[in-house]
Amino acid sequence: MSAKEFSQPPITGLVYGPLLNDRSALEQLGDKLLDPPYKGLPKAPILYIKPYNTHVGHGATVQLPKGVARVEVGGTLGLVIGEAASHVPQNRAYAVIGGYTIVIDLSVPHESLYRPPIREKCFDGACPIGPSVVGKESLTDVSQLVIRTYINSEAVQQWTLTNLVRPIPRLLADVTEFMTLFPGDVLLAGLPLNLPTAGAGDQIAVEIDGIGRLEVRLEAAANDGKDEKDERPSL
Amino acid sequence: MRRARVVYNGAIHLATEDNGMLRLADRQKLAEEQVVWLPPVEPRTVFALGLNYADHARELAFKAPESPLLFLKGRNTFIGHRSQTRRPADATFMHYECELAVVIGRSGRNIPQEQAYDYVAGYSVANDYAVRDYLENYYRPNLRVKSRDDCTPLGPWLVDAKDVPDPLNLNLRTYVNGALTQQGNTRDMIFKIPFLIAYLSEFMTLSPGDMILTGTPEGLVNVQLGDEVITEVEGIGRLLNTIVDKAAFSQVGD
Repeated sequence: MSAKEFSQPPITGLVYGPLLNDRSALEQLGDKLLDPPYKGLPKAPILYIKPYNTHVGHGATVQLPKGVARVEVGGTLGLVIGEAASHVPQNRAYAVIGGYTIVIDLSVPHESLYRPPIREKCFDGACPIGPSVVGKESLTDVSQLVIRTYINSEAVQQWTLTNLVRPIPRLLADVTEFMTLFPGDVLLAGLPLNLPTAGAGDQIAVEIDGIGRLEVRLEAAANDGKDEKDERPSL
Repeated sequence: MRRARVVYNGAIHLATEDNGMLRLADRQKLAEEQVVWLPPVEPRTVFALGLNYADHARELAFKAPESPLLFLKGRNTFIGHRSQTRRPADATFMHYECELAVVIGRSGRNIPQEQAYDYVAGYSVANDYAVRDYLENYYRPNLRVKSRDDCTPLGPWLVDAKDVPDPLNLNLRTYVNGALTQQGNTRDMIFKIPFLIAYLSEFMTLSPGDMILTGTPEGLVNVQLGDEVITEVEGIGRLLNTIVDKAAFSQVGD
């Protein structure tokens, strides 16, 4: 991919992802979720945040964190918020969505869901977004969307949004019960449990019909360990 | 210098402190009651620490963690000095947490501990409210506990780093309706400021406006409707907040 194809992430806010919002993920974990440390299925939506340093656009090259050979590739749908959304009833959920985009949630593989996965999910570049935001009017039924992930052009995963624990209207309602989402924020639809992994040199692509194809490349961690401060002005 | 962001006469002003008063850029002097206080920094990526004081970890019956227990907050949760925080109607245990907030001033990656303070713009006071009823054993503490709307008062001031010679020797105090309920000192942090900056910047670029809320000592008390809660960090500020119910916000039903 040439440098000029690189684009900025098409969103301005924070990205929030729900844990275990795919039924197959819950089913695969099964009784494990009843044992310590969890002691029961999740009740309210459990969210993680992909902060600003993780956001990169289509065509980006993402450097793996130091000491990490492979990362999980979580291709999913991003709901781009169009209106400030607080206490949104399910029947108004689509009114607060401005559009849709593709998000690749990159994570360092980790088994425990007990503590927030900060190192695992917040490394620089861990949240490719794009290639653009597609207006919601161009998609009639997002609940049936199919998400396809390719690594080096090989199809490695295909899943659909038909099996969500909280379908999109319910997810937006339950999340905005306790937190306001702002225009430009993104709420992810969720992810299945067993995700493909990729390493240095791999080319990743995620496709959703009607939204597009988001591509990024992984490269090995720089091992110089030097201070890489940039020239942005101080606060 | 102590800096604030306030709303006055229909505009957002950057103000500085002048003998207990606020001074706007046009030299108007105002009392703190005359303005609406915003968080002194527009929050970007905000980390908070759980169990970062040995006494607090003990109080909650945990052993001190071996690596920092970090979580993130959304931008919805921050409010300024002298504002109101809603207590959910079904909450049985909601407590304040008085914390020193470290505000990053320069972008950096792989920052060595010895240089960490060069990246700090200043300090503020945070009240990191938690509604314990909503704790679940997934990504604990989850956002419903820690990132609720208006549950993280921040302010009043951003105090320039150069005016805080030893951020690791500051008394923390919380008063509920005037009674002292929480006391500690930043020297008792388990993971200290230089360590946290080095730790985070090893996998992520820190940017101006990013913040680290460094955790709270023991002394957590359930707060009730109408309570006036002051979280104070010595030399940094006294942050006032009032607990209200949903009705105080005249919320319209669905």
